[in-house]
Amino acid sequence: MTFFIEVVAGGLLAGVMYALVALGFVLIYKASGVFNFAQGSMVFFAALTFVSLMERGWNIWLALAVTMVAMILVGVAIERVVLRPLVNQPPITLLMATIGLTFVLEGISQLMWGSQPHGLELGIPDVPMEWLSERWNINISQFDLFAAAVAGILVAVLALLFQKTRIGRALRAVADDHQAALAVGIPLQHIWAIVWATAGFVALVAGVMWGVRNGVQYALTFVALKALPVLILGGFESILGAIVGGLIIGASEKVAEVYVGPMVGGGIESWFAYVVALLFLLVRPEGLFGEKHIDRV
Amino acid sequence: MLYREAGQFKSTYAQDSQIFPLLQDRVAMVALLLVAFIVVPLVGDQYWLSAIITPFLVLSLAALGLNILTGYAGQLSLGTAAFMAIGAFMAYNAVLRIPGIPILAAFAIGGLCAAAVGLVFGLPSLRIKGLYLAVATLACQFFVLWAINRIGWLSNHSSSGVITAQSMAIFGFAIATPAAKYLLTLFVVVFMALAAKNLMRSETGRAFMAVRDMDVAASVIGIPMMKTKLLAFAISSFYCGVAGALYAYCYLGTVEPEAFTLDLSFRVLFMIIIGGVGSILGSFLGAAFITLFPIFLSVGSKWIETLLGIEMSHAVVSNTEAIIFGSLIILFLIVEPLGLARLWQVAKEKLRLWPFPH
Repeated sequence: MTFFIEVVAGGLLAGVMYALVALGFVLIYKASGVFNFAQGSMVFFAALTFVSLMERGWNIWLALAVTMVAMILVGVAIERVVLRPLVNQPPITLLMATIGLTFVLEGISQLMWGSQPHGLELGIPDVPMEWLSERWNINISQFDLFAAAVAGILVAVLALLFQKTRIGRALRAVADDHQAALAVGIPLQHIWAIVWATAGFVALVAGVMWGVRNGVQYALTFVALKALPVLILGGFESILGAIVGGLIIGASEKVAEVYVGPMVGGGIESWFAYVVALLFLLVRPEGLFGEKHIDRV
Repeated sequence: MLYREAGQFKSTYAQDSQIFPLLQDRVAMVALLLVAFIVVPLVGDQYWLSAIITPFLVLSLAALGLNILTGYAGQLSLGTAAFMAIGAFMAYNAVLRIPGIPILAAFAIGGLCAAAVGLVFGLPSLRIKGLYLAVATLACQFFVLWAINRIGWLSNHSSSGVITAQSMAIFGFAIATPAAKYLLTLFVVVFMALAAKNLMRSETGRAFMAVRDMDVAASVIGIPMMKTKLLAFAISSFYCGVAGALYAYCYLGTVEPEAFTLDLSFRVLFMIIIGGVGSILGSFLGAAFITLFPIFLSVGSKWIETLLGIEMSHAVVSNTEAIIFGSLIILFLIVEPLGLARLWQVAKEKLRLWPFPH
């Protein structure tokens, strides 16, 4: 029983990491209707910039701030160069543009900082919590809990931003209806730049967390693929969906890996999350918290 | 001046509905086929035939398959490479386990197996659409590659899942040289492209396009949604499966499952976007662009190196190539979202009026 709890808890915490990446997707999809495939490479870019600055002996907060500024610049540039000329194109065109963007971002980050893997340390050891393992014999990593706390704070900050500020109101208006928002005088292009910059910030947080866990290397771009089933499970438009979806995917994936994996030869984590999400979609095509679409002829 | 339809009257229904209504187009097409079937194998050297033209043809076929699904039936798919993998591995098994099977029949078996899997993974399209469906097709991509790696029977229990294509022969002629492999590929591709062109002009093709343009309206006017969508998935997967078999037998020779990763799916998707979504010609133009472009880039970078007298490291070159490639795709989407096929169409319209545009 304790083993089962340990597996589920480990899965839930891994799910938090997926949710961190999925959040970036949701932000951009909500506000601009773009499915941003480049989120993974933004995570990579942010983490690589951050770790390279730190390795050059920069103070951690300074490196963080400079990376943040870089991500904002990237977000604004993407809005200006890629999205603005592509307004009103069908979603598949925008998706393709972001796949093109993936190549550009990966190329630029490796050109700037080289392609060798880096280790990243934040001073929080990735070891089991002592009192938990002594009391109940359950091993839960300290770092996982830290990541969960960071994710919680991030969601709280985003919720505050969306619900309580002027910018947040504008963001929600744009998400609801582009044209109506434009009609009441909300500057669409500023809003998009802000959203992409925010997504860049989320990418930075996700990049640092994943970097500590797996090292900062090219494989980091693949975490985006891990976040996709989370997205379709939770719904593209919902921040809450990203979190809940992440938890469900993380837990079910771990449980399946431990209990089902050995029966079929292991390695099922590459597709299991997708199958869970797919089966779920058959019941609820718009995801857990996605908006229901009504088709009119 | 030369490209005019003046004086070409259509007096029968057959003439009215032919694929190339203009005499000039027909002449050009026959000339192109003659060049492809006779001149290219005579003139082309080993490298060009086996490393550039054959993969171009194979990937055109895969792009054609994806175009049927995405361009004509409007169902976005990211699982192309998985269907190609099924085609390759099942064709290998067909040759291995059925003695004396003709090689074309083995390709067809590969295609049919891919079509069967395509049917299964097409089922979600009945409930979900758009981007959700695209992500769902990723499940197919990952699951199929995992299964091929895990099920030893598929690769005849080779240790790393690598298969080596058996030698091929048609009516006793061994297909071993690059020219022979090229001709076999060309024959299959031309045949299947013609079939696709005609299929898209038929009732089935029009049903696909109706579903693409608005599925609710299509079902209201009596197009069976389930049959149409699943048929689109099956036909598209069949094309991709045959393309995969050709990829293994005529291009690579020795194939590992990792040849069919998500990257390949994306490349095929790029082909139809750059070539033109919903256009047979576009599949070929896009495949040509994506196959030739990296070669131009590497030639270009060598040229710049000698011109400037500097030595660029391999990493710098490959990263710069990635940046240029990505920017070019974005540029293409911004400048001509309808792709190269649209440019070709515009050029033809201009040509009709040339040199007196008014």
